[in-house]
Amino acid sequence: MTTVDDATVTPVVLGGTRGGPDVPTLRRDRWWLQPLVSASVLIAFVVYATWAAFANKDYYVGAAAHRDLISPFYSPCLTASCVPGSHPGFYLTWWEISPAILILIVPLGFRLTCYYYRRAYYRSIWLSPPNCSVADAHGSYSGETRFPLILQNVHRWFFYLGLALNVILTIDAVVSYGEPGVGVGVSVGSLVLTANAALLWLYSLSCHSCRHLCGGQVRRFSDHPIRYRLWKLVTPLNANHMKFAWASLVFVALTDLYVRLVASGAFHDPRLF
Amino acid sequence: MSDVTMRIWRGDPAGGDFEEYALEAQEGEVVLDVVHRIQATQAPDLACRWNCKAGKCGSCSAEINGTPRLMCMTRMDQLPEGPVTVAPMRTFPVVRDLVTDVSFNYEVAKRIPAFEPPARPAEGYRMQQIDVERGQEFRKCIECFMCQNVCHVIRDHEENKPHYAGPRFFIRLAELETHPLDTNDRRELVRQRMGLGLCNITKCCTEVCPEHIKITDNGIIPMKERVVDASYDPVGWLGRKIMRRPKRSPEEAAAGSSS
Repeated sequence: MTTVDDATVTPVVLGGTRGGPDVPTLRRDRWWLQPLVSASVLIAFVVYATWAAFANKDYYVGAAAHRDLISPFYSPCLTASCVPGSHPGFYLTWWEISPAILILIVPLGFRLTCYYYRRAYYRSIWLSPPNCSVADAHGSYSGETRFPLILQNVHRWFFYLGLALNVILTIDAVVSYGEPGVGVGVSVGSLVLTANAALLWLYSLSCHSCRHLCGGQVRRFSDHPIRYRLWKLVTPLNANHMKFAWASLVFVALTDLYVRLVASGAFHDPRLF
Repeated sequence: MSDVTMRIWRGDPAGGDFEEYALEAQEGEVVLDVVHRIQATQAPDLACRWNCKAGKCGSCSAEINGTPRLMCMTRMDQLPEGPVTVAPMRTFPVVRDLVTDVSFNYEVAKRIPAFEPPARPAEGYRMQQIDVERGQEFRKCIECFMCQNVCHVIRDHEENKPHYAGPRFFIRLAELETHPLDTNDRRELVRQRMGLGLCNITKCCTEVCPEHIKITDNGIIPMKERVVDASYDPVGWLGRKIMRRPKRSPEEAAAGSSS
């Protein structure tokens, strides 16, 4: 039995002259393009989400328009300031500011600690490193071993909370097919909410923590056949986690924008059938 | 055929610089072929390490146009127009020209507790196929050390070398951790002594791996999740409290089922 205490640190010869010129990179391709695009999309999302969260209006399309559409940024709407029809029947009286701030803590925490987004923003915003074989922009580096980055380990907590939020957004999508005063129908808005919920489920279920909890954590698959099946099921999703991360990020903003435009009266949500 | 210009790093620990070599391009050549032609015709003292010329020995790792690649697997006709830059791996001390001293990796390897099976049962060891298959991906590693080379944790921060194992050894640890017969619990080891927390999963190791091993997704992140299991999971903690089951010591983990 070997434990951590038995593993002595073998002295490693440090230093020595490194080969190659002392330049940040020898790459001649457009290595800067990928981090530039990532940073642009992430910053654009943060700016839009911040504005949308503080706007505190035009997030719900209710009975007056024969619709039941709520922005994912504001669902579940849990504060006393929520517009009638948008809250689930109870609310928090002590929360004074926009209800979206309360909600967005969960998806923000989930995405901020997500293994894929970590790659994206460490590269594109923190430049540590900006791209492979391109020098780190920082003189010292402690990775995720110290506060605050050691908090990345709470990703699993947000995964659990994010699942609950996905259930609520799925209920929102189902409810959106019931059109008050008209009956049941399919509108562009209900399809948008459905696609949004589906993408968020795909993003959550493809998460590395999900894959680990499904079966990755067992040492012997043969002792846990059900968990092995679950692991096999989510592994192909996990391989596409990056795609789901970007698609769900962009679409959740577009969903909010769609509901916002309908709620503000810019146009009416078209009924398909 | 048109000419090619190779810019090859020539030097030793005392210093060095790029030297240009112009020669006629030949169809189907890889970078290593061209380096060998330069050795044969223009610079017989040019040092480079190579062995199999088939992408399996992991000897000819270098930085071609700034990107870590195997010289024997990089076709000349797939490189962009213009001079081709060939430099030694940046992370390791240079011995001469394109040859680097990669002994750092062997020192790290010595620190990894070996596979330790339980006492042999009377009927012999038995492993199910699904358990055997799990670690096969990691065994494809040819130890070219390009993942170690590209990892910015030691590439740009030499001071991390004494307490950072690097991607190649994280997949070795992952392979052992998922071995159905291994009895060691390496989670604390990898957290405290192997520097798993230093990895910020920027996935460059996966991008350069010539064997296409999903180092980050299948090795490093699962190891990080196992560390979370042991140290940061609220549900696990709550479960242990409710069930009055304290966290297992490494000895207990080794003695019982490690699942």
